[in-house]
Amino acid sequence: MKSFEILDNKDTRSGFGAGLLEIGKQDPRVVAMCADLTGSLVMNLFKDEFPDRFFQAGIMEANMMGVAAGMALAGKIPFTGTFANFSTGRVYDQIRQSIAYSHANVKICASHAGLTLGEDGATHQILEDIGLMKMLPGMVVINPCDYNQTKAATIAIAKYFGPVYLRFGRPKWPVFISEDTPFEIGKALMLNEGTDVSIFATGHLVWKAIQAGQQLAEKGISAEIINIHTIKPLDVEAVINSAKKTGCVVTAEEHQMNGGMGDSIAQLLARKLPTPLEMVAVNDSFGESGTPDQLLVKYGLDHSDITAAAERAISRKN
Amino acid sequence: MADINLLPEIARQVRRDILRMVHAVSSGHPGGSLGCADYLTALYFHYMKHDPSNFTGHGNGEDVFVMSNGHISPVFYSVLARSGYFPKDELATFRKLNTRLQGHPTTHEGLPGVRVATGSLGQGLSVALGFAMQKKLDNDSSTVWALTGDGELQEGQIWEAVMFAAHNKLDNILVAVDFNQQQIDGSTEEVMGITELVSKFRAFGWLTIEMDGNNWDEIHRILPQAQNHLGCGKPVVIIMKTEMGQGVDFMMGTHAWHGKAPNDDQLAKALAQLPETQFGDY
Repeated sequence: MKSFEILDNKDTRSGFGAGLLEIGKQDPRVVAMCADLTGSLVMNLFKDEFPDRFFQAGIMEANMMGVAAGMALAGKIPFTGTFANFSTGRVYDQIRQSIAYSHANVKICASHAGLTLGEDGATHQILEDIGLMKMLPGMVVINPCDYNQTKAATIAIAKYFGPVYLRFGRPKWPVFISEDTPFEIGKALMLNEGTDVSIFATGHLVWKAIQAGQQLAEKGISAEIINIHTIKPLDVEAVINSAKKTGCVVTAEEHQMNGGMGDSIAQLLARKLPTPLEMVAVNDSFGESGTPDQLLVKYGLDHSDITAAAERAISRKN
Repeated sequence: MADINLLPEIARQVRRDILRMVHAVSSGHPGGSLGCADYLTALYFHYMKHDPSNFTGHGNGEDVFVMSNGHISPVFYSVLARSGYFPKDELATFRKLNTRLQGHPTTHEGLPGVRVATGSLGQGLSVALGFAMQKKLDNDSSTVWALTGDGELQEGQIWEAVMFAAHNKLDNILVAVDFNQQQIDGSTEEVMGITELVSKFRAFGWLTIEMDGNNWDEIHRILPQAQNHLGCGKPVVIIMKTEMGQGVDFMMGTHAWHGKAPNDDQLAKALAQLPETQFGDY
């Protein structure tokens, strides 16, 4: 097992804020809107640098999505910012008709996703957003794993034409992807080559997958760890090749089992290469208040849960 | 720009198109379409600054129209075709498999003249504001025109948009509310009262003008006034009184024809009241 150095400890939303500022400097077509959460999404960096290209949307998320669609259709590259819950479920029909169906070049940027939002509790801990967004035809869905990857993803999506859902989170989290790692939409990132089990992880759980890989290595198990930062379009080749090599699979994400990344991988493997598969995800439940670490343990998303899932997957191999 | 004296005749032809289109597929929304035929004819043939032969989705440098009440697509398609966005014979494909003229307007099939999908009510006004924001940002002095239904004002998103437009001083947008006071389940007052529209919009910081949208003298008197208000720091709304089913006696004064197509006999009776014009049927 390769060793991963913790370069820093930073929240992914700050990576978004830094990326937005950077792409704002590179492309004058980039504009940003935020629904009264400018500081929470670290969009103040962009706002301070480009006050004329930043628009306060107020607590009116539906209108924000529509205005962003209009600006995109008129030639701008709008980034919308609010919590993941209000970026998806609250405005699903606006996204479906005004953005996805109209193929408006809007970047829907969503913070505080998943259980690791923590103490605010289930009202804000959306665990259904990946599923909602990946079902929309033509929508790209990205869930980066650390500060550096979120920053790189933010810059990359501005250079891609079409609607994108970019999901990130609230807590400080280990930074382990180097600053110069290129971000390619739809291209999975191989973190550790292994032979006994493939672990596909997204978002905050990528770090948990690395910790699980270390636990497994101590038990003499060689885990292949692949970072699926782009859930849609899924890197079909990377998934098939790894599953073929190791013969069993674990998926790990901070999302409902129904409709998440694991669901996409299971569907792919069922059609192309039936393989024993275990899922680490929330099992048809809402979250609750608590610290991020407490919640990941309680809801079965900790590194030891990934380790156990890997052992189960291996035991199911022929 | 068509001669102003020709507009009533164009609108009559548009009304024939609407009736023939919905009749051919036994579906669609003739009532509101007939009511807005005069207004959209006025816009597309006289008041809007646009270039049908060089359609660009972004609409930079020209007037943009967004129809938030997407269900009245028949009138929209007719004025688009007849003002030159696509051949009028394509109107015969309305709502048929593989058509660009979907039941509700969409950019998805690439129909020139359509800039955003509408149909799920309450969304188009926000999109129109987005176009208006782009024009402000790029010092583009052209106008954004938007049309909403009156029943559509029951959608909460409309009032978000109304608040946003005034807050951002979007004085380059001219919104018309099709005030026909009818919706699917009955009159707007029965279904969900939307009374005091002028006061509502004024309270939100808009300039309001009232207009009879089925009276040519009034259209030509009020629309230039409305245009004069552009650039004065406030968004402008025209509360446009229309008659659902205007032009066909048995379709007027009722909500019955909101989403119902005429049968063969009804079509013949209706067309008899709207003789074919020099522009010809599709």
